[in-house]
Amino acid sequence: MKKSTGKILKCMLPLAAAVLCSGCGMTKRDYIINVSYDPTRELYESYNQLFLEHWREIGGTEIEIIQSHGGSGKQALEVANGLEADVVTLALEQDINAIADSGMIDEGFINEFPEDSAPYTSSIVFLVRRDNPKDIRDWDDLLREDVDVITPNPKTSGGARWNYLAAWYYFEKQGMAEEEVVKAMETLFHNVLVLDSGARASTTTFVENGQGDVLLAWENEAFLSLKEYPGEYEIVVPSVSVRCQPTVAIVDEMVRKHETETIAQEYLQYLYSDEAQELVAENYYRPVQQEVLQQYAIEGSQRVIQEIPEDQKWIVEDVDLVDIAHFGGWKEATRKHFADGGVFDSIYE
Amino acid sequence: MDNTSQIKKENRLVKWLLIGVCAVFLAVMLVLPLIYIIYTSLAAGFQKFFSEITDPYTIKAMKLTIIATVWALAVNTIFGLCAAWCLTRFEFKGKKVISALIDLPLTISPVIAGLVFLLTYGRQSILYPLLDRLGVSIIFAVPGVVLATIFVTFPYIAREVIPVLNSLGTDEEEAAALMGMKGFTIFRKITFPHIRFAFLFGIVLCSARAMGEFGAVSVLSGHLKGLTNTLPLHVEMLYQGYDFTGAFAVSSLLILMAIVILILRNIFEKKDV
Repeated sequence: MKKSTGKILKCMLPLAAAVLCSGCGMTKRDYIINVSYDPTRELYESYNQLFLEHWREIGGTEIEIIQSHGGSGKQALEVANGLEADVVTLALEQDINAIADSGMIDEGFINEFPEDSAPYTSSIVFLVRRDNPKDIRDWDDLLREDVDVITPNPKTSGGARWNYLAAWYYFEKQGMAEEEVVKAMETLFHNVLVLDSGARASTTTFVENGQGDVLLAWENEAFLSLKEYPGEYEIVVPSVSVRCQPTVAIVDEMVRKHETETIAQEYLQYLYSDEAQELVAENYYRPVQQEVLQQYAIEGSQRVIQEIPEDQKWIVEDVDLVDIAHFGGWKEATRKHFADGGVFDSIYE
Repeated sequence: MDNTSQIKKENRLVKWLLIGVCAVFLAVMLVLPLIYIIYTSLAAGFQKFFSEITDPYTIKAMKLTIIATVWALAVNTIFGLCAAWCLTRFEFKGKKVISALIDLPLTISPVIAGLVFLLTYGRQSILYPLLDRLGVSIIFAVPGVVLATIFVTFPYIAREVIPVLNSLGTDEEEAAALMGMKGFTIFRKITFPHIRFAFLFGIVLCSARAMGEFGAVSVLSGHLKGLTNTLPLHVEMLYQGYDFTGAFAVSSLLILMAIVILILRNIFEKKDV
C-alpha cells in the first residue's frame, strides 16, 4: 500500500504544478474570445476559419478564436460578471447596452461599425409542420383557439423580444388602438404552450419533442431546421415582421487588458467584406451589402418555403419589416414592454 | 417435514422474486439506457465515432475534466483525511458545526454553489480589483472550474472515512503511542490499513462525481469552447448543435472513464489485501 500511495502522489505532483501555473500565468494572449448568442454557432464556426485565413494573409500572428454560445441575455450577464470576452456578437443592442452600463464598453459602440454595428440582419418567420395542417398564414391565425404556439421567453431571450415586437406591429397595422393590441397579445400568449428560455431550446421543443403547431423563430434558425429535417417542416413568411439587427461590439476594457485591440477591430470589420457577407447569406442571415443580398433574393413573391431552394435564393423581400426605431429604440421598448412591471408582465402571468 | 419444505419453497419464491425485481430495475434504469447510448454513438459507423472522440475540442474537454478531477481528488484527500481525523479523535467546541458544514455541498444545489462563487470572485465582488491587479482570473477560467469541482465533491472522502474511524476506536493507536510510535507512523501503520477500503471507495465516489459535475461548472465556466468546456458541458453543446452522434460518442467516453476508475479501484484493492 505504502508504495502505491507514494507512486500516486508522485504522479500527481507535476500535474498539480501544471494547473497552478495555468491558473495564474499572465502570458500574452494567443487567442481572442467571441461571446455570441444561441443560433450563431454554425455561422461563426465557418466565419472563424475564413477570418483566420484573411488574418494570416495580412500578416497577423498565429491566433485562435474561442467561441461561447448561449441565450443572449445570459451571455451579456456573464460578460458583465467578468467573462473576459474580447468581442461580443449578441442578438440585440439592448444586451450590449447592459454590458456598456457596467462600464466595459465605451459609449457610442452602435456607430463604431457600419449599419448600426449590425453586419447581418434577420427577421422572424413561422415554422409549421409539413403541409401546414392548421393552415397558419399570418399573425392573426395565432389568435385562433386551436393553435398552439411555441416561442422563447421575452424576459430572457433576444429572439423572443423580436417575436413579440413583430406581433405587436402587425396588430398595430390592422388599425387597432393600443388597448386592443394588448388584448390581442394577451390572446396570443394565452396560446403559448411552452415558453423556453432561449431560441435553441424552443427549436428543440418544437422539432425534437414535437410540441405545438407553430414555432416563432429567427429566419436563420427556421432555415436550419428545414436543412436538418428535410420534408418535415415548412416556413411561412408573414405579411409583416421585424428587421432584427444583431449587434456586435468590441469589449473595450478587455481588449485593452489583453492588448488585442487590432485583431478585435479587424475581426468585426471583416464581417462586412464580400466573402463574409456571402458566408452570412449561406448561413441564412440577411447580408447588409445590397449586392450580396440581391444574389440570394427570391424573385417575385413567395409566402411558403417547403425546402431549401436549390439555387440558394432564399431571401423573401416582399415583407413589411419594421425597425426598432418604430418602438422608440431599445431603451424605450425595454422600459415599456419587457422591464419588470412592463406590458409583457401584464399580459403573461 | 411438510412444514419445512413449505418454508423452503416460500423462501425460494421470495428469493427469485427479489432477484427478478432487482434485475428488471437495473435493466430499465441502467443497462438499457447505456446500451442505447453506445448503440447511438456507433450508429453512424466506428469511423465517425472515432473522429468524434479524437476531435480537438473533445480532447481539450477531456484534459480539463481530468485536471479538475485530479485537483478535486488531491485537495479532498488531504482535507477529507484531516477532517475525519480531527472530528473523530479530538473533542472541541464547534465540532458539530464543522461536521454539518462538511455535508453542506451535498444539500446545496450545485447551481447555487456556482452562483455563490460567481458573487464572491466575480466582477461585482469587492475582491475583484485585488484579483485583477494580481492577474488572477478565477471565474470563467480554469481555476473556477476546478474550484466548483472541489466544492461539490468535498464531502465524499471525509464522509466515507469518518464512520470507520468512529467504530474503530482509539485502543490500538493508544497502545502504539504508549510503545513510543510517532504520530505519522501510527497513522500509516495502524490507522490507515483499517480505513483503506472506505478511503478507496471515497476516492471512487469523488472522482465519479467530479467527472460528471454539470451544474456548478456550468455557471462558472462561461462555456468557452476549447478553454473552459468540460466533458459534460461539451456533451450539452454538441447536443444543442444537432450533433447527436457526437453527443452520444462523448457520453460513452465519459462512461468509459468511469469504468476505468472502477477497474483501478479493484486493482488497488487486490494489491492491498
